[in-house]
Amino acid sequence: MPELVLQLTRAGFLALLWLFVLVALRVVRSDLYAASGLRAILPGGGRTAMRAGRSRTARQLLVTHGPLAGSRISLDSRPILIGRADDSTLKLDDDYASTRHARIAQQGEEWYVEDLGSTNGTYLDRAKVTGPTRVPLGVPVRIGKTVIELRS
Amino acid sequence: MAAPGNSVGSAQAQAPDTPAPSPLPTGRGIELVLLAFAAVLVTGALALVEANQEQELTRALLYVGAAYLGLFTAAHLAVRRWAPYADPLILPSVALLNGLGLVMIHRLDLASSDRAALLGSDAPSALLGRQVAWTTIGLALFVAVLAIVRDHRVLSRYAYTAGFAGLILLALPGLLPSSISEVNGAKLWIRFGGVGLQPGEFAKILLIVFFAAFLVQKRELFSTAGRRVLGMELPRARDLAPLLVAWGLSVGVLVFERDLGTSLLFFGIVLVLLYAATERVSWLIIGLSFFVAGSVIAYNLFNHVRVRVQIWLDPFADFSGSGYQIGQALFGLGTGGVGGTGLGAGRPDLVPYAESDFIWSSLGEELGLIGLAAILIVYLVLITRGLRSALAVRDSFGKLLATGLSFAMAMQIFVVIGGVTKLIPLTGLTLPFLSYGGSSLVANYALVALLLRISNAARAPLTRRPAHPQPPLAEASTELVQRPASGQAGRP
Repeated sequence: MPELVLQLTRAGFLALLWLFVLVALRVVRSDLYAASGLRAILPGGGRTAMRAGRSRTARQLLVTHGPLAGSRISLDSRPILIGRADDSTLKLDDDYASTRHARIAQQGEEWYVEDLGSTNGTYLDRAKVTGPTRVPLGVPVRIGKTVIELRS
Repeated sequence: MAAPGNSVGSAQAQAPDTPAPSPLPTGRGIELVLLAFAAVLVTGALALVEANQEQELTRALLYVGAAYLGLFTAAHLAVRRWAPYADPLILPSVALLNGLGLVMIHRLDLASSDRAALLGSDAPSALLGRQVAWTTIGLALFVAVLAIVRDHRVLSRYAYTAGFAGLILLALPGLLPSSISEVNGAKLWIRFGGVGLQPGEFAKILLIVFFAAFLVQKRELFSTAGRRVLGMELPRARDLAPLLVAWGLSVGVLVFERDLGTSLLFFGIVLVLLYAATERVSWLIIGLSFFVAGSVIAYNLFNHVRVRVQIWLDPFADFSGSGYQIGQALFGLGTGGVGGTGLGAGRPDLVPYAESDFIWSSLGEELGLIGLAAILIVYLVLITRGLRSALAVRDSFGKLLATGLSFAMAMQIFVVIGGVTKLIPLTGLTLPFLSYGGSSLVANYALVALLLRISNAARAPLTRRPAHPQPPLAEASTELVQRPASGQAGRP
């Protein structure tokens, strides 16, 4: 075999070999978030919301369903009291809500929801809140017929 | 990795949040593409070898490539059928490694028949045909394991059976007469007729199954704290028994079978599984001190160990004698340099056992550092995918099993490549999938089938999906209690 051809095929084969490696590594990369591995380890349900929530902090609270749908509350470091009582931060006009229903408070960077012994309970997504529970961005919190979300 | 099930359980208990979850990509498509890519690479490598060895380039080469692709497509179809969510990178990596190994074995066949023609002696029997037969048997076992083991957790029920069978397979060659079991000074074979098997390769997998199941059952025992020394919690002395047994077994293999590599491998696997199950560094330190003690004893008692160490320290002291093999391998790697001589253009056949223990230096001579690095990364991809399956799978037994299997492969690769490149003393083990050797190939195919089975369990969508769509969130059923007209009931 001529020397030139030998050198060209030699380099060409090594290039192809590395191309295989690069394609394989691309699959590894695209798979980092896609498949189950990571999702199975993260606690909680909303995986897309949680990934977004890691980097951003909540700035406002939005009522998405119920009589007050559409109203917003800007968040600062003070806790939000939710209920039918007059001194609540978010005063609900909801027959299924208790007088002092729930509290959403900040701890560090994260917001936590806590049920204050309501009759009908507080739900984070579809799970009943029993103790202080972290509220990721965009995950619905249901109080009676009212649904609220944290937004950035 | 150690205490797996607990935190994961809560994650699956919650229903998925998206109303219509898009089907997860199974990766079967990319697997087929990569398999075809591997087939192109292997056919190209074969063509280069033939051209450089002045053989005639015929259409037969294409048929060989097509046959190779057909063989692995059959394996791919089996994966599609029985493990549809399995990792897409494991099978193509294995296919490429096995193909490159076959090409290199064929290339060394050509060299040895050349030399025989030059010396005027009979051409030695070609190794390629046997290795192709072993590959077919290996793939058949691969398909059989996938078809029979539908759920890896079933294996934990047969833990003690597997452990017992593994022990017998491991001990058998040491107890059989040398005429059956001894090849080149190491008693690790069972030979009948022209076929030889190394039962230790299969014992490896069986013992990993046993240890994974055993540690899942007895994990609390091993993480029970004993005394604290130097900020480290030592296990209680009576819990050391399994480690002592593994150590004794390793030394036994070393004494009765004179096989340094297998004994090192077994002890390493047990140690890593203990560490993975308990997350205690003290196990590693205790195990390593056992290892050092064993090494010192072996060095002082056994001549063959001492010879290995002396060759490692200075292969050129006795170049024409005991150091010839590793010396030639180092020269081969040096000749290859960065870019290699090109496939078929070097002289890798100068190294004794160039096709089995020393295939790494053969590849290094003809593909150079660039090619070796690519092959190492393919191995790395294979092992990380195995370990990733271990992280992602939801049951403890699967985690430990995948960890053990991946680590066994990683350690074997490290020990072989380290030995050939003179980083550590040489121990006779084969490189998974590349080296010539039937037992190793077939056993590793079974190992990879188990890894695929576990990765399938790790990546498959959860089956506990609600069958019917849930009502919108605001109307979801709660125990709604209507407030009485007085308005006092809701008050806490």
